[in-house]
Amino acid sequence: MMANSPVPLSQPPRAETSSQICDRLWRLYLEMLRIRVIERRIAERYGEKEMRCPVHLSIGQEAVAVGVCAHLRKQDKVMSAHRSHGHYLAKGGNIRAMLAELYGREAGCCGGRGGSMHLIDREAGFWGAVPIVGSTMPIALGLALADKRRGGDELTTAFFGEGATEEGVFTETLNLACVLRVPMLFICENNGFSVYTPLSLRRAPDFEFGSYVRSHGSLYFSGHGNDVEEVFALTGQALSAMRQDPGRPCVVEFSTWRYYEHCGPGQDDHLGYREAEQIKHWAERCPLAVARTRLLALSPALDPEMTAAEKRYIREIDAVIENVRSSPMPDAATLQRGVFAP
Amino acid sequence: MSDKSPTRELTFAEAIREGTALCLARDPRAFVIGLGVPDPKGIFGTTAELAAEFGADRALDVPLSENALTGLVIGAALGGMRPILTHQRVDFALLSLEQIVNQAAKWYYMFDGRGGTIPIVIRMIIGRGWGQGPQHAQSLSSWFAHIPGLKVVAPASPADAKGLLVASVEDDNPVIFLEHRWLHNMRGPVPEGYHRTPLGECLVARSGSDVTVVASSHMVIEALRAADFASAHAGVEMEVVDVRCLNPLDFETIANSVKKTRGLVVADDDTRQCGFAAEIVARVGEAGLKLNAPPVRVTYPDCASPSSSALAAVYYPAAPDLFLAAARIVGRGASLVDKFPKRPCPVDVPYLEFPGPF
Repeated sequence: MMANSPVPLSQPPRAETSSQICDRLWRLYLEMLRIRVIERRIAERYGEKEMRCPVHLSIGQEAVAVGVCAHLRKQDKVMSAHRSHGHYLAKGGNIRAMLAELYGREAGCCGGRGGSMHLIDREAGFWGAVPIVGSTMPIALGLALADKRRGGDELTTAFFGEGATEEGVFTETLNLACVLRVPMLFICENNGFSVYTPLSLRRAPDFEFGSYVRSHGSLYFSGHGNDVEEVFALTGQALSAMRQDPGRPCVVEFSTWRYYEHCGPGQDDHLGYREAEQIKHWAERCPLAVARTRLLALSPALDPEMTAAEKRYIREIDAVIENVRSSPMPDAATLQRGVFAP
Repeated sequence: MSDKSPTRELTFAEAIREGTALCLARDPRAFVIGLGVPDPKGIFGTTAELAAEFGADRALDVPLSENALTGLVIGAALGGMRPILTHQRVDFALLSLEQIVNQAAKWYYMFDGRGGTIPIVIRMIIGRGWGQGPQHAQSLSSWFAHIPGLKVVAPASPADAKGLLVASVEDDNPVIFLEHRWLHNMRGPVPEGYHRTPLGECLVARSGSDVTVVASSHMVIEALRAADFASAHAGVEMEVVDVRCLNPLDFETIANSVKKTRGLVVADDDTRQCGFAAEIVARVGEAGLKLNAPPVRVTYPDCASPSSSALAAVYYPAAPDLFLAAARIVGRGASLVDKFPKRPCPVDVPYLEFPGPF
């Protein structure tokens, strides 16, 4: 597995016009901004103790969610894990159902049974997130298998952190996908830490993730996960490679960084588990800042629009939160509803 | 619901095979998956020739990967399929407990129905005999029955093996389908054609007025042997209730029997502590059902099943133990246990001609 290497601030040459590049980057930026605003609001209001469930914020990791999901159609399927807010939102998951779930409300996407770690919105193609690390990978493969057997053209994507690749189920799933020739997309967000434990304590120095993945028969790509344009481009390459080699799954690994604590509303760099140099390095490579700098270079006139968009997103999330807070809690009489499907 | 007419006999394994083939033929969404499904032995004959009949993609051989396979069938079920996953031992399925307990069992509940249903059947075989040993002979039925959201089925007869398998495949919930290895070669009448035994209904396998024996899986066979002897030699009429489905549990049938007999023996193919037998005793107690004597549990002792036949002989409870328990409750005939006919074969094989190994 690659180290958390620097994100290059220069961009590769492209054949597109600068206007096309700008339009796309603007859309990607707006989506990242929307997710950032929503999660920042969750962090700010968490102390009110009304959202009474663990939250794993994806602040800092928005580019992977947005850059990958920008390629996906509504019918394409996504699954994720404990840090799934960004994936859910980028896939078009209903924001009110998500917030209602965090607030334990009846209107939550799980009716208040799951909390932040159990997001789902199948209408948006988000087929579920669960907190057991690695667990949705084989389920996503099963969805992909069912689609393949039906002759469908939907793509199934599993998002997970690099810690999940240390679980046996990753290897089992990757191998099954290769053996059964089920094309699915594995998106690995490598933020370098499993809670407080660095990758250096979890993989031998000479471990080479790409070779490991390829040796199973899978495609593999890796790139910088804080550069949304690179995420978008690399995902495009991955999908193109999958189309050219039907039946092959593909793993794409993106290096990234979470700015907040593993679980909770705060930042925890004062604990000293991440090196100051790394912290500084990644602080300079905020995915929103990277995109913003590039956008303003392409079109300085976007500056006020950025400010306006941020204000709009804040208004929207605040309205959702107020709406959700005034919505009913689940009826206690429903406690045992649905232990078995009828 | 079920076809009552024919008296044709099949082995338990053939009945499973027939039920599976019926499901594959009726429902294009159904498929069987697991290590060895299409191999020459075909999971003790239960999947024999399915690949030839229905195609390799309906009877899949796969890597061992029990945990990912379980996730795979969960996902396939969410995607509209109806998979049957096979494990050649319960013990092997322990590698997949994360997916079974955290995902399959909870999916429908934890997403408040919006996650979709998980119509999967996970077949697990309880090994026994010929020195199977500590990691090839667990039942763990109580474990599975402890988990909300899992249906747990343990047939005892060929007819129920077929009928319950068909019902399990049709069910929209994850079903743990436990097959005791010693049942596979037993013969019995099996209805032809479509035959479905509803999940969650006990069967009174033998009527009796003196004492109720609640049993499941292979212990039903032992209970019926005990009841034959008790009736013939001790004038004790044992009523044998075959649980068939540990969850959801048809307690009403059990309660009705206990109300009639005022005596209770629970025979369980599992260890004792916190087991299914304790659950039945507790429910009878909570229901305030009057018993003429304290209830008795007949279970495996609280240790792993040893390999040596000398130890296995004292590990597994059998028909004489059930007779003795019943006779003591009723208060007559207990001394006749010495006259209980010896099994015509060594204790570590299901029948005399058994060649070993499993």
